[in-house]
Amino acid sequence: MRLTRTSQSIFRAILIGGLLALTSGCVTVKPWQREELADAIMQPDRNPMQSAQIDHVYFSREAASGGRTVGGGGCGCNN
Amino acid sequence: MMCRKIFLPIALVIFVLPSLSGADFKKGDKLPDLASFKLEGPLPKVEGQVVLLDFWASWCDPCKASFPEMEKLHKAFAARGLTIVAVSVDEKQENMQRFVKSTNVSFPIVRDAQQKLVASADVKAMPTSFMIDRAGKIRFVHAGFHGDQTIKEYRQEIEQLLSEKN
Repeated sequence: MRLTRTSQSIFRAILIGGLLALTSGCVTVKPWQREELADAIMQPDRNPMQSAQIDHVYFSREAASGGRTVGGGGCGCNN
Repeated sequence: MMCRKIFLPIALVIFVLPSLSGADFKKGDKLPDLASFKLEGPLPKVEGQVVLLDFWASWCDPCKASFPEMEKLHKAFAARGLTIVAVSVDEKQENMQRFVKSTNVSFPIVRDAQQKLVASADVKAMPTSFMIDRAGKIRFVHAGFHGDQTIKEYRQEIEQLLSEKN
């Protein structure tokens, strides 16, 4: 069976796409390989209570919406 | 024509081989010989026993919750034929030892230092446990530890498997 020119091109494109995907460096981290990821230092919000307090002070003082989805008019009375 | 001869084997390597590499433990499978995985620590005798094979790690919070409960199971059912094998997947031995010391459990603990057994089991969550009958067949799989619900299931399954004839 001979491949037509079009199907050859499609085949090559899939092959090159596959090779490029392999060179992307993306890997799936298996559940048993998550030791480093499970470390507390890897958490973006390690102390939720402290973060909430900082947010409250920030939006009360700055009268700004804050950088972490808080809002308020600056009176500090909407908690 | 030449292109086909070269590209076809390469395409096979890229797309087919990765999908064949995973060999997970499933219900109904026979438990492989644990001794062949070069685990650290003394392996208990599992032939003819009901086995709870548990994969855990010191950095896994639900594993911490599961250990006291497994100790209770060990004390309640070991005399009737339950063997718990807790397999640590910790990369550092000292982390495992610190955890074991803090939990103070009496069931056998081994370490899969090369992570060959856990890769072979291809667990989907930590912890994951496999309940194995006296004939060495995997009968139940638990992904994760969900407190009372998991404990209740463990007890029911252990009772069922212990009551079965070999």
